[in-house]
Amino acid sequence: MRGSFSTITKMFSASVVAAGLLMSAPARAAEDTIKVGILHSLSGTMAISETTLKDAMLMLIEQQNAKGGLLGKKLEAVVVDPASNWPLFAEKARELISKDKVAAVFGCWTSVSRKSVLPVFSELDNILFYPVQYEGEESERNVFYTGAAPNQQAIPAVDYLMSKDGGSVKRWVLEGTDYVYPRTTNKILEAYLKSKGVPAEDIMTNYTPFGFSDWQTEVSAIKKFGSAGKKTAVVSTVNGDANVPFYKELGNQGIKAEDIPVMAFSVGEEELAGLDTKPLVGHLAAWNYFESVNTPENKKFIADWHKFIKNNKRTTNDPMEAHYIGFNMWVKAVEKAGTTDPDKVIDAMIGVSVPNLTGGYATMMPNHHITKPVLIGEIQANGQFQTVSKTPGLVMGDEWSDYLPDSKDLISDWRAPLSCGNFNVKTGKCGGKGTN
Amino acid sequence: MKIFHAMGLTLLFLLATLSSSGAAEADLRAIIAKFATAADFSETGAIVLELTATGDPAVERSLAALADGNLYIRAADSMVFVGKEGSDSIQLFDPISGEAAGEASADDLTQIGVNNTLRRTVRDALGTLTLGSKDPTVRIAAADTMFKTPDAANIGPLDAAIAGESVASVKALLEQARAASILVSDKPEADKLAAIALIGARGDRNAVSLLTSVEANASGAVKEAATAAIASINSTLAFWDAGQNIWYGISLGSVLLLAAIGLAITFGVMGVINMAHGEMVMLGAYTTFVVQQVIRTSYPGLFDWSLVIALPLAFLVAALVGLVIERGVIRFLYGRPLETLLATWGVSLILQQAVRSIFGPTNQEVGNPSWMSGSFNVGQLAVTWNRLWILVFALTVFGVLLYVMKRTPWGLQMRAVTANRRMAASMGIRTPWVDALTFALGSGIAGIAGVALSQIDNVSPNLGRGYIIDSFMVVVFGGVGNLWGTLVGAFSLGIVNKVLEPYAGAVLGKIVVLVLIILFIQKRPRGLFALKGRAVEA
Repeated sequence: MRGSFSTITKMFSASVVAAGLLMSAPARAAEDTIKVGILHSLSGTMAISETTLKDAMLMLIEQQNAKGGLLGKKLEAVVVDPASNWPLFAEKARELISKDKVAAVFGCWTSVSRKSVLPVFSELDNILFYPVQYEGEESERNVFYTGAAPNQQAIPAVDYLMSKDGGSVKRWVLEGTDYVYPRTTNKILEAYLKSKGVPAEDIMTNYTPFGFSDWQTEVSAIKKFGSAGKKTAVVSTVNGDANVPFYKELGNQGIKAEDIPVMAFSVGEEELAGLDTKPLVGHLAAWNYFESVNTPENKKFIADWHKFIKNNKRTTNDPMEAHYIGFNMWVKAVEKAGTTDPDKVIDAMIGVSVPNLTGGYATMMPNHHITKPVLIGEIQANGQFQTVSKTPGLVMGDEWSDYLPDSKDLISDWRAPLSCGNFNVKTGKCGGKGTN
Repeated sequence: MKIFHAMGLTLLFLLATLSSSGAAEADLRAIIAKFATAADFSETGAIVLELTATGDPAVERSLAALADGNLYIRAADSMVFVGKEGSDSIQLFDPISGEAAGEASADDLTQIGVNNTLRRTVRDALGTLTLGSKDPTVRIAAADTMFKTPDAANIGPLDAAIAGESVASVKALLEQARAASILVSDKPEADKLAAIALIGARGDRNAVSLLTSVEANASGAVKEAATAAIASINSTLAFWDAGQNIWYGISLGSVLLLAAIGLAITFGVMGVINMAHGEMVMLGAYTTFVVQQVIRTSYPGLFDWSLVIALPLAFLVAALVGLVIERGVIRFLYGRPLETLLATWGVSLILQQAVRSIFGPTNQEVGNPSWMSGSFNVGQLAVTWNRLWILVFALTVFGVLLYVMKRTPWGLQMRAVTANRRMAASMGIRTPWVDALTFALGSGIAGIAGVALSQIDNVSPNLGRGYIIDSFMVVVFGGVGNLWGTLVGAFSLGIVNKVLEPYAGAVLGKIVVLVLIILFIQKRPRGLFALKGRAVEA
């Protein structure tokens, strides 16, 4: 018994060592550095999306160091691997803040991982930059949301589909993976569509599990729903790995974008990289950034990225731009505050404005969300998106949706004297609760 | 698709040379030149309509190119060209004659943007223009488009096309398209009623879609007839829906069978709880990816054969890894299921991370060969080719495996070792080798399952994770140690799952299936087909 037990221990330590080797070990460098925590899964289901963000952060930190660092000190990245395991996110966040004494953390992808680390950040008073589009209904003092809120992605996307250019869609399929982001987003969208006069029988909502791979029934249901004589579109909040089989099934069952377009909120260049996109030409995605955007800033960013990752085929995507914006904002706020002390930096962050990659500026608002342009893109045969619509100005992130009864009276303003993330304008009290 | 395209182009060329006279061509060129000045999609759309209004088939080349995103403006002189992307430059062709017009680098050209609305406009426009095409598939596509976008103005051209049509099936489609157009025209009621009868006989979803909009706008006898036709189509479709669910179930069952069949050997026959089974499937899928990469770069002509080439390689790769795992880890743990479980779990993590560091964490693109793309119709049932081939493949693998187990000396030895190891050893069978080869066989079969699954799922390091639970479920449900049990188990779970899904949703459906299995195992702990005999009692 004992002998075999040691075999198992060996097996396990072997796998742990293997996993450890793959993490780029942070350089235990000179004393006087500013540490920056990177909290992205490098193994498990989310590794597919999050590893890229870890690399993007390493690139940004390297670039900043090449420019002379920050406040006369070099930046040092501390990379940890929360392994797509939500409770582990909280543990690793605690480790970063208490043990490694990082000045700020860039990380998380799924909403559940963010929710899991929130208590750690408010308890230990540190800063989290969250780079992914999310469902809103949250505004925390210690978190800066550099991804899109629903009004910066979902609502403009639906507006586009309702417009003449988008095909004047009258009937809606809301297809999502079964977790908090799709459920809340779909709740907001349903309320929004109804406010625009869409009857309930013209909205179909369906959820599938994470990593779902057999889409036959769902796709044929979409086909059936789409044959009611009204222009139909699918709004997809399907997440991660499940997208590839979903699009493959759409292609095989012959659903063309001209007939039933699919508007996705979680499909970017990265997801399309694993797909033959020829049957998908014309399906849509709404983001705040596309790799195909033709600006000098973006061209430089892509060239830098290819050089850093040593692979000319690696794509860039929206959350990478969010980290680019978030990191530059943090650098600027630290310079403004003259210290990396989180309390002072949090106050200095509001109002900081940095260039984004699409030729405009991103400004941090008092609700800890940023201003963004909204782009609608169509999938091209080369796996890139072609922008077919762009909001005329920048859209301010609205954390508490105006279309949900629970949150429509809430606002967030982290400036003194209000300093509240959920202020109810009706009752005049801080501490409202949204939908979630 | 490519053939279709090529045919279309040759045909366009013929038509263009035959019918366009010099003067008309100059007019067309003037209109096409306007593309260079269009400011947005709606202006481009207006030019498309203007081009179609000429009724000249010669406009097809430029329109088709526009819809495919292949129409370019040369920055130097604002000339419009059809472009074909080469390796580092774009070859240019004249938009009307199709003659080669040199090449230019992508920086000197502006692509004319298209969106879905514009693509629809072009498709509808091409519909009318291609009615006279010589290729029946083009005419079918045209009839189909015109059926979906009925317009009173279409009746005339359709009448002419019907009169000249020689293929009966195309003629029927053209008549349906004409009927659709009659419904939106101001023809007398009798004509409309006849049209509804004709469309009702078509009986598919497109017919329902069309009739629903007619029903909403009509009144009196036409409305009643439409309502009746919709009801009758829907009742037929309900029958087809049931058939469709069964087919989806069979197809899911074949995927489950493929994933589980290797496990039926390693777990079912040998009793090894192999948590790294899913990773063997993943290795097979990655082998397919590597084979396709090599083919893409070196032998592009062989692409349709890539899966056939990948099959033996995937078997060898996975079998070899399986052999190493058996010799290196599992042989020390026979008879200790819990420790085997933990050890193989560790192996699965190592394999996943190894693949992640070699190929990267992102999905890899594995293409479908042309014979596995698209779908065909049986009645109102759409059957996709890839699912059909996977079903055929799963059954073939099952058949071959059954033959190996029941009819070959090796299979006999395998079964002997399983039934009574000591007696088998006394008879001179080298039981350790049989163990190793059996495990390698199970792993190799998982590898070829990976080749098939790469066609419908992500090729990522997590591929195996999604199948491991389902595989164990199938083997336990079917009865450990019985191949037929695995077959029946896979198909019954697949069908139950897919029949439940439309009513309960995918999430709840899966939960219901799990609960049913738990209840079933309570009743029959040994599964559907329990093994009897000494081996079981031992």
